[in-house]
Amino acid sequence: MRYLPHSDHERADMLGVIGAANVDALFSAVPKSALKSFTLDLPAHSPEFLVEAHMRALAGKNHAAGDGPFFVGAGAYRHHVPATVDHLIQRSEWLTAYTPYQPEISQGTLQMLFEFQTQVAKITGMDVANASLYDGSTGTAEAVLMARRITRKNKVVLSGGLHPHYRDVVKAYLKDDADLVCLSPSPEGQGDILEQIDGNTAAIVIQTPDFYGHLRDLKAAADAVHSQGGLLIVVITEVVSLGLLEAPGALGADIVVAEGQSIGNALNFGGPYLGLMATKKDFIRQMPGRLCGETIDADGNRGFVLTLSTREQHIRREKATSNICTNSGLCALAFSMHMALLGEAGFTRLAKLNHANAIKLADALAGVPGVEVLNETFFNEMTIRVTQPAAGLVERLAQRGILAGVPASRLLPGEAGVENLIILAATELTTDADIAALVTALTEELA
Amino acid sequence: MSMNTQGRPTGIGTLGTSASGSALLPDEPLLFEIGDTEHSGVDLPEVTLSSDRLGGFGRKSKLDLAGLTEPEAMRHYVRLSRLNHSIDSGMYPLGSCTMKHNPRLNEKMARLPGFSDIHPLQPVSTVQGALELMDQLSYWLMTLTNTAAVALSPKAGAHGELLGMMAIKAAQEAKGEAHRTIVLVPESAHGTNPATAAFLGYTVKPVPAKDDGTVDVEAVKAALSPDVAAIMLTNPNTCGLFELQVIEIAKAVHDAGAFFYCDGANFNAIMGVVRPGDLGIDAMHINLHKTFSTPHGGGGPGAGPVVLSEALAPFAPVPFIKRVQEGLELVEHVEGNALGRVTAFHGQMGMYVRALTYMLSHGADGLAQAAEDAVLNANYIKARLQHLFSVPFPDYPTMHEALFDDSFLKGTGVTTLDFAKAMIDEGFHPMTMYFPLVVHGAMLIEPTESESKQTLDRFCDVMAELATDAKAGNTDRFTAAPMKAPRRRLDETRAARQPILKWERLANLPQAAE
Repeated sequence: MRYLPHSDHERADMLGVIGAANVDALFSAVPKSALKSFTLDLPAHSPEFLVEAHMRALAGKNHAAGDGPFFVGAGAYRHHVPATVDHLIQRSEWLTAYTPYQPEISQGTLQMLFEFQTQVAKITGMDVANASLYDGSTGTAEAVLMARRITRKNKVVLSGGLHPHYRDVVKAYLKDDADLVCLSPSPEGQGDILEQIDGNTAAIVIQTPDFYGHLRDLKAAADAVHSQGGLLIVVITEVVSLGLLEAPGALGADIVVAEGQSIGNALNFGGPYLGLMATKKDFIRQMPGRLCGETIDADGNRGFVLTLSTREQHIRREKATSNICTNSGLCALAFSMHMALLGEAGFTRLAKLNHANAIKLADALAGVPGVEVLNETFFNEMTIRVTQPAAGLVERLAQRGILAGVPASRLLPGEAGVENLIILAATELTTDADIAALVTALTEELA
Repeated sequence: MSMNTQGRPTGIGTLGTSASGSALLPDEPLLFEIGDTEHSGVDLPEVTLSSDRLGGFGRKSKLDLAGLTEPEAMRHYVRLSRLNHSIDSGMYPLGSCTMKHNPRLNEKMARLPGFSDIHPLQPVSTVQGALELMDQLSYWLMTLTNTAAVALSPKAGAHGELLGMMAIKAAQEAKGEAHRTIVLVPESAHGTNPATAAFLGYTVKPVPAKDDGTVDVEAVKAALSPDVAAIMLTNPNTCGLFELQVIEIAKAVHDAGAFFYCDGANFNAIMGVVRPGDLGIDAMHINLHKTFSTPHGGGGPGAGPVVLSEALAPFAPVPFIKRVQEGLELVEHVEGNALGRVTAFHGQMGMYVRALTYMLSHGADGLAQAAEDAVLNANYIKARLQHLFSVPFPDYPTMHEALFDDSFLKGTGVTTLDFAKAMIDEGFHPMTMYFPLVVHGAMLIEPTESESKQTLDRFCDVMAELATDAKAGNTDRFTAAPMKAPRRRLDETRAARQPILKWERLANLPQAAE
């Protein structure tokens, strides 16, 4: 087996040093009834080229986004990742390092995390950011729990424009909680979220651009919730939007959670992604997840360490802020590298390009008979209403080689008023030819 | 701030020489000290927006976000990378972390566009190969553990624990037993276990271990009551020992109407050799990033699928895959599903590809051989070092980890931490220290199956030499260590007392107190 260094001769030598007759003797603590008492219906080891053939056959059965016109978004977005990023993250020292618990020999990872935290704080307009969470959805649930700890209040109101998967994850984390109010998802509005705020409100959760692509007024929401002593949690599923939209921190957000996949990370069928979380300085000690901080070493040189770990499970055990241990280190690295390559100039232009392509898409769709574009505002994603059920239409377009977006009913099954809705995204990768192909196909299918 | 010949600023604590004095390991300034807002390493077409659809929410402020051109970025990240230890560059004997070789075939497969460039919400008919891959991975995991179901979606081990305990809670509520509010957790458990139980509102009740380092079935029986929901037990446990009475413990737990959650962090010791389902577990997470070698990436991403017994299978969350006539169906909603969903989309696909690639490469025989080699290596280290180090639990062979305590350092003035830092100067990453908590000054060494005999011998030689030196009173080598790393010991107290969590322009910094 190519990954196992010992020869049988060496194994025998080592057993001799141990004083064991055979390897089974090392498993003497295992109950006899359970040790190798079975035959596994699994194949034997395989050469590299056969494994590769097996995996290629599976991959070949999928329609890759790059194979044709592609407009799928709704929480994960197809952007270009510079070749440099994927090359660099495969360097051994990044790829095969562990969590930087020994800072003297982990300064690469630690300095990168410090840079990452700075980048996230800057784009969100917040004081501090952590070293990443699993993804945007679990980050949202963590933010809700964090707001409860900070305010010592319980009521949490989720906007109807919050991504339905994010809503479901919050519901799972807060199981059977009478103080969780989920407003009904409406393609036109976010529900009467401001009217739900009362003196017991820990936080309201608003996504912008929301699930349907609309941009939301954060300032008004912040003022309303702050007047009652609650917090505003802002959720962003398309982080590229921050290149063009005002930073939530400048508008009064208390906690910002974002899905960071769009920068540096491929679609990967949904994971691994990375959750960004940023907040105000005063709330640091209630923030979950790893934090990297600057310090000095014994010679007075600047260095970095994981810090404030008294919040975390490996120190506080059952009193920790969260049970989270792993972060999304390598995805955060890819994010940080891509963001460093973009810089302010590139990030702003990337966002503009996305918005410009989305305007082209919206205007083209508005001209298709039977299509109504619901958005007055959007960044790079919008919702259309068509004259027939969206799921079947999207499927037929897929058979024609066009991945035309997400039927809202896939995420909101049984919900009234969403059956004919499709959510579509454009990015810098969307071409005029893609849009033309979609328009032609849609026109024919809806005729 | 002065500029060096490359035009790089060398101010703000970026001293000219590193502690190691190595010319090939220069210090690297922060990205914000190298780049500026005008530089970019990405060429994008010009774009002018004559009008926008931003509804007045457009950004008015600057971001002050530094950029680098491609050659600058390449050098920045290559230089930074060289300040890291990694499994590719040296042994990483972190107990409980399973730092094994990461085959590059796995990386290559994960990057096939058919896996990396597919969207989680594109029509299911266009991703049948992805569902097939998830189905195959599920089959391997269920077969290796002899369990009835698996929930693939958890993002990491602790997330898997959360899901497993949620399933247990849901199962008990379905039986009308919501009054069960206590979870038993042995003192040697990972911190995530009590944190997970508390997260779900359970009261954590510790279970003491016997003198031999394993959990006593009688202690479990004494702790069980009609209010106990579950036990969270790691097996092999965090002392590197197989729980001798695990079958009896499972039976006692089930007899009391409770469930057995097994922390599968140490599955590497027994994969292909012992099936946890045969021991009576009800739920167990499997860290794909440990056992099945998806890279740790400096702290993640992980992946923590959870296998479930027959009793818990109905309480699995969405999504899951079902075989239907037309192929494979992705079930994303179940009316009345007790648990719902623990993450957006379908989990860590990129990790599934790597893990399945690893499994197919090894085959059932290779996985069993890997487990046996991991156990062989740990016992070899224990055998070679036990005359110089102190072994807290000598009664049984260890599994995949060798555990020592610090009694051999008594009176030397050298602590476990000092000893670990001295290992750095010898080119080894330290072992896990001060964990498990049940052992004083614990040193938990996990070599994994990836280390050759030659490397193990060199490791043992160095460890023996260090132990001898400590006992001989040569303390400077330890208390001053590390001396050859890119940094000397870092002031963690300062970092926590005066947190600096991001870079600020000098002009924005508050006046320092000192």
